[in-house]
Amino acid sequence: MKSFTYERAETLEQAAGIVAANAEAKFIAGGTNLLDLMKLEIETPRHLVDINHLGLDRIEETEDGGLKIGALVRNTDLAADVRVRRDYAVLTRALVAGASGQLRNKATTAGNLLQRSRCPYFYDPSKPCNKRDPGSGCSALEGHSRTLAVVGTSDHCISQHPSDMAVALRALDARVNVMSARGGEKSLTLDEFYRLPGETPHIETVLQHGDLITGVTLPKPVKGVHFYRKVRDRASYAFALVSVAAVVDEDGREGRYAFGGIAPRPWTAGGEARAEGGASVIAARALDGARPTGENVFKLPLLERTLKAVLKDAAQTSGK
Amino acid sequence: MNSEDTASATPRMSVTLTVNGKDEHLTIDPRVTLLDALRDHLGLTGTKKGCDHGQCGACTVHVNGRRINSCLTLAVMHEGEDVTTIEGLGTPEHMHALQQAFVERDAFQCGYCTPGQICSAAAVIEEIEAGIPSHVTPDLGDVQFSDEEVRERMSGNLCRCAAYPNIIAAIRDVREGGKA
Amino acid sequence: MLFDKPSPPNPADQGKIFGKPHPRIDGPKKVTGTAPYAYEYKLAEDNAVYGFLLGSSIAKGRIASIDASLAEKAPGVLLVLTHENAPKHKPENSRAAPQLQGPEIKQYEQAIAFVVAETFEEARAAARLIRVTYRTEDGAFVLADEKDKGKPTKTAPDTATGNFDKAFAEAEVKVDVTYTTPDQSQSMMEPHASMAVWEGGKLTVYTSHQVLHWAHAGIADTLGLDEDKVRVVSAYIGGGFGSKLEVYSDPILSSMAAIKLGRPVKTALTRPQIYNHTTHRPATIQHIQLGADRDGRLTAVGHRTWSGDQEGGEPETASEQTKLLYGGENRRVETRLTVLDLPKGGSMRAPGEAVGMLALECAMDELAEALGMDPVDLRIVNDVQYDPEKGPERPFSSRKFVECLKTGAETFGWSARKSKPGSVRDGDWLVGMGVASAFRKNIVQESGARVRLMPDGHLVIETQQTDIGTGSYTMLGMIGAEMLGLPLDAVDVRLGDTDFPKASGSGGSWGANSAGSGVYYACEALRKELARKAGFNAESVSFSDGRIISGGNAVALTDIVRTGAVEASDKAEFGDLTEKYAQASFGAHFAEVAVHAFTAEIRVRRMLSVCAAGRIFNPVTARSQCLGGMTMGIGAALMEECVVDPRYGYFVNHDLAEYQVPVHADIPDLDVIFLDELDDQSSPLRGKGVGELGICGVGASVANAVYNACGVRVRDYPVTLDKIIGRFDL
Repeated sequence: MKSFTYERAETLEQAAGIVAANAEAKFIAGGTNLLDLMKLEIETPRHLVDINHLGLDRIEETEDGGLKIGALVRNTDLAADVRVRRDYAVLTRALVAGASGQLRNKATTAGNLLQRSRCPYFYDPSKPCNKRDPGSGCSALEGHSRTLAVVGTSDHCISQHPSDMAVALRALDARVNVMSARGGEKSLTLDEFYRLPGETPHIETVLQHGDLITGVTLPKPVKGVHFYRKVRDRASYAFALVSVAAVVDEDGREGRYAFGGIAPRPWTAGGEARAEGGASVIAARALDGARPTGENVFKLPLLERTLKAVLKDAAQTSGK
Repeated sequence: MNSEDTASATPRMSVTLTVNGKDEHLTIDPRVTLLDALRDHLGLTGTKKGCDHGQCGACTVHVNGRRINSCLTLAVMHEGEDVTTIEGLGTPEHMHALQQAFVERDAFQCGYCTPGQICSAAAVIEEIEAGIPSHVTPDLGDVQFSDEEVRERMSGNLCRCAAYPNIIAAIRDVREGGKA
Repeated sequence: MLFDKPSPPNPADQGKIFGKPHPRIDGPKKVTGTAPYAYEYKLAEDNAVYGFLLGSSIAKGRIASIDASLAEKAPGVLLVLTHENAPKHKPENSRAAPQLQGPEIKQYEQAIAFVVAETFEEARAAARLIRVTYRTEDGAFVLADEKDKGKPTKTAPDTATGNFDKAFAEAEVKVDVTYTTPDQSQSMMEPHASMAVWEGGKLTVYTSHQVLHWAHAGIADTLGLDEDKVRVVSAYIGGGFGSKLEVYSDPILSSMAAIKLGRPVKTALTRPQIYNHTTHRPATIQHIQLGADRDGRLTAVGHRTWSGDQEGGEPETASEQTKLLYGGENRRVETRLTVLDLPKGGSMRAPGEAVGMLALECAMDELAEALGMDPVDLRIVNDVQYDPEKGPERPFSSRKFVECLKTGAETFGWSARKSKPGSVRDGDWLVGMGVASAFRKNIVQESGARVRLMPDGHLVIETQQTDIGTGSYTMLGMIGAEMLGLPLDAVDVRLGDTDFPKASGSGGSWGANSAGSGVYYACEALRKELARKAGFNAESVSFSDGRIISGGNAVALTDIVRTGAVEASDKAEFGDLTEKYAQASFGAHFAEVAVHAFTAEIRVRRMLSVCAAGRIFNPVTARSQCLGGMTMGIGAALMEECVVDPRYGYFVNHDLAEYQVPVHADIPDLDVIFLDELDDQSSPLRGKGVGELGICGVGASVANAVYNACGVRVRDYPVTLDKIIGRFDL
């Protein structure tokens, strides 16, 4: 870990100002991903600004009946919030499918959105990786890629986004609230927030240096049956091979779907969470243009079959 | 690579933690994790370093009443906070109910993951009572204690000796005995 | 004392304490975090400094240049060692582990530099300031590509009896299958760690090692020190599973630095370093040919295993159990070793059988299906009470294999199994049952102990024996208590220190039986000495309730030792009984597995192991050993694999997130039954190995259950969902 200086920010503006003014500064909140990467010198900030004490840890109701989730709300607290459990069960389900109890107690909403790749080559500083070391090449393309993305990738990077929470947020059409370092607030959909790797896989979001996520806004609850189905080799404490976040209409004909484990960002069928039709149709649209490797081509049938299982469960639940 | 090519001395920082009820003043490198602060600076080696990357749970401690991986947080981020480690739960002469149950159920072998398992278990019992749902909770509005719930919630604590069934039994004993 | 004749009845047979369930005596220390592991020793003077290893990022070649100047100038740095300035070793002992002796790179993550600094953070940061360039050479990393260069080995010599080719060609029913098992990692929870203290010309190394005299010889020889100038301590070991049978860089580099700096140096490998720096269980390719008559009796048994290791390395002896497990006149068992430039291979829980049984026991399942026979019955039909290669003149010392199968089948409800795969469905889950035999050869090793009855009446046991979680502290204490007629809490067991008598250490499931025998003989010697002091005939005394009794006379032990402790030492040596008798532990594993009809996720629902392993010294710790073996077996079946990247010659998934081992949620309640068995030929304690038996065959029972659930036979471990998805009907 490179040496750094540390300070605790007292206000949002102060925090953003310090980081904006120092190219080598970073915010730290939960720290569960940043410190992990700093130990390996994959992240090398020289100044850390602790934003844990800025009051961004509340969940408030919005005027149009949705929820505004503070950036610093811990994953455990978000999952356990009574309103989230009642109205956005898919989000609770996704959160508790991720990581471990200890990590969820520390990890924050914004940090979860910003967690970085779990590609084994990204994690190994001695190996080429365009995301870690732009222009060095992608070791995964011809390497160990079983867990990596099959769609939305490029010749420069096939890393998948590891978050479960973000997949549920995508299904819910949540928006990310960002306080710009240059002043002003903006609100972004997840598709606007995340960039696909293209030729610049090291640039993962549209955030500029110093921009600070202040929270996430959920639109008013949508009716339907909520599912988060995560498939992995072991039963817990593992990233998704594929996952499906779904809010299926009571009549089962339409629903809102987002997919994890298959793409560099939470994925949908054709760019919209809202989709109709059977599992095969939706999965085919989601996987349109997929470029799997020999090791991860299984994710294609797995996604379709996982969605099938979800729709079957949804039909059974609605039928009750 | 830019300025990182040469290392400069890191100014030490002061931090005060309340560890197992006792105020501890430290002057440390900000890079020191809470885990290393406990082990290397306070001599509290009951908290274990199994992976140092949040992948095993051996370093689990309670901070302000919540279980966390102490390897993935900096000591300086916890100014004024309450930290409870395995040493704060009990001693060989006066064991916590969970510690006693772990011995009775042979809920460990090599013992290296054990402090983390016990710290986690203490929190798991409270989390279930507080109604915090888990991946296997059937009804998000009604969280009940069950072996399946405990297994899922303890899954962030690896045990390669695999005392898993005995750990579940020990936690069940304590829950049923109401001694947590 | 030499054990070379079947054991007559002896004081360890009384059954008062020894053999009864008892919680671990080291438990209260472990559960309160007060048991010190290698990195955690507190010295009188708190002046330890921190070492950090830099490993090679190539697998084979040479260091072209190494520049440590930035690291040397970095804050807090006290010393940087590279091959350019490290002291030269002239090791002769095969256990030596020379470090930083030249620019040659023989494996990925080999130590190429070592930084010592005032703090851990400073040492770690400085290590990354070292600039290295390499000249990379091509290496051989893929077993399948290299296997045909494989050669026979002395470790696992080829054997042949009868005429295998003819019998196999003529067999009425046969299977001819190839299974593969991947490289696997022991992944014990405590990283390898050492603290070296150099004081007054004497070196003390606190380290995490399973067999202390091996560590002792390796460290002393590497550093060119006399063994009596080196003390090695491993009182608590955070798991080993074979990984801690070797001396790696941490004790050597820490010692080199401690000697140079005159300050204690402590070093732990980081988790990501462990996977490529330390040993692993090598991958295998196994070709199995089984021929049988219509009744299922094996007529031809063929097993050939290929594995790889670095030049001069050892094979993974996965064919070996096939020499002994089943009958059959015509046999051919072979092992081939080829050279690979991957990290050095080594032992992992039940080397040989653990992966040999993964293949053999699935092949048996395939044979049962080909025969239309119940797989339990097939195994029973092929039971043999003697070494099938040598004939009835070499009987098994004890073998309750059939009883294990029968007891297990009845307890598990095996009769409910449907032989046709895919027959049982529970909601969206396809449910299947599988069985496999368990077999692990019994090994004993010379082992010594020193026992001392203290003036206050408590017994001190001292031996180099280690407790890697196996329960040595408790078992050895129970033996001492039984032998001297004392309660267990009157026994103080001190382990893991080369100041104590040399002992077997922990490996190969030999620890309890061997070290226990050493303690037994030392206690015998102490009993004689106490009898003599009491004026009794040593042949006719008994020890009970803190007294020595002869006829109608009894003397309190405390009266004998009032004027001073009485001490005795002895060691167990083992004769040729393991030659005269085939010795092994047996068992049977039963698994019920569910496969999700849609996603192909595989989950174990329940499992039973029935074991016959001679006397069970402590049913509490023996059961835990089996639970551990079963869980590791489930891991081997369903998830564990070190993935080789042949471009870089290393294991890509080198941490606990990527190398997945089972978590709590993967493991249901597991059931273990021990059959009563006493083995007179194994040791005076009549036990056999347990710790590894628990894994041998487990994975095959799971894989067989997966087949029974969904009808897909995977011959390429681990059995993961990608290998079965879409291959069975929804």
